[in-house]
Amino acid sequence: MNAQVTRRELRRRFIRQLPLLVGLVVLWMVLWGNLSWLNLITGILVAVVVTRVFYLPPVDLSGRFNPWHGLVFLATFIGDVIVASFQVAFLALRPGRIPTSSVIGVNLHTRSDLIMTLVAIALSLVPGSLVVEADRESSILYFHTFPTASGRDVEKMRRKVLLVESRIVRTLGSKDDLRRIAEEARR
Amino acid sequence: MLDIVIDVLTAVFLIVGAFLSFAAGVGLIRFSDAIARMHATTKPQILGLMVILAAIGLQSPNWSTILLLIPILVFQMLTAPIAAHMVGRAGYRTGVMAEDSLLIDELAGAIERAQQESGGAGTT
Amino acid sequence: MSDWVFWTVGVLFFAAALLALYRIARGPKLLDRMIASDMLLTTLICILGAEMVYNSHTRTLPLMLVLAATAILGAVVVARYVSRRGQ
Repeated sequence: MNAQVTRRELRRRFIRQLPLLVGLVVLWMVLWGNLSWLNLITGILVAVVVTRVFYLPPVDLSGRFNPWHGLVFLATFIGDVIVASFQVAFLALRPGRIPTSSVIGVNLHTRSDLIMTLVAIALSLVPGSLVVEADRESSILYFHTFPTASGRDVEKMRRKVLLVESRIVRTLGSKDDLRRIAEEARR
Repeated sequence: MLDIVIDVLTAVFLIVGAFLSFAAGVGLIRFSDAIARMHATTKPQILGLMVILAAIGLQSPNWSTILLLIPILVFQMLTAPIAAHMVGRAGYRTGVMAEDSLLIDELAGAIERAQQESGGAGTT
Repeated sequence: MSDWVFWTVGVLFFAAALLALYRIARGPKLLDRMIASDMLLTTLICILGAEMVYNSHTRTLPLMLVLAATAILGAVVVARYVSRRGQ
């Protein structure tokens, strides 16, 4: 009885680690630049050793994935990067005073670490916002945002953070998170 | 015809990438504190790197090249936010930000509250 | 491709590297120097890429990959050092 439970537990743990293992093997083969059995076997060996030695806590995936919302997220993300990069670039080149920046705390709706991390990464890559501090218990991300000339810009930034969060949740968030986002939209 | 289109696109990509690098350098000089400089440098440069990689991909469109281009971009996109966060946090904590450069600071209040709470718990 | 494209690109990259060097020399704080040196490294990665397009080869791609993967180390080490000393 006990042995069965642990075996099932082991299998569950293995399945959880599988995406990471496959990713590492693919990366290994890409680094060598060719597909061969030798590469595949050494890749698996290296991946197993790496995941054993540098153990990471398993990521809780919700099991949902919506490709359409994923595409929407990717497209708007790339658009954001392009627009915001040029904004910051022109701000640097434009003569005149450099506007002020702000540190704002945004309360996310999600309770998932993965989604919080993805929101933080996505917004860190968009010029004009970077994560200074994260409060995991209450899901608050603190952003340093630039430029914010007035309170209007601050509110715009806050809405943008929540918008990015809702796109990510719609792509791979749990049912719970989806419900919270929907409630927020109704309010 | 197609060759010309590809060459023109490559030229545009290269110039955009170089322009973004240059603008990042100007921002590095002109912006007033370390964190604002961080905004000016790392992020436009990611778009710069993207277009340069796209230019390489356009000039040698074969699998072995593209398979090497993708991890370069992925590494940069995964590591740049971590570096930005660590530098931003270190900068915020050690107070490198010029006082008058902040419009609103909501983190300072939160830190104060947390310190008061833990301090209050400590005395009772 | 016409030469003036590469002249423009080269001059812009050169100016970017010079500006970063100026910030490394002037500081004023360790973090500023670190950010500037990080930018110099990213500029270098971009220059390697542009050079490959100019000379139409792909031999320095692995170099770009290694630089892109290890560029973070300097930033992390310096940031940890600064925040520990600041406390």
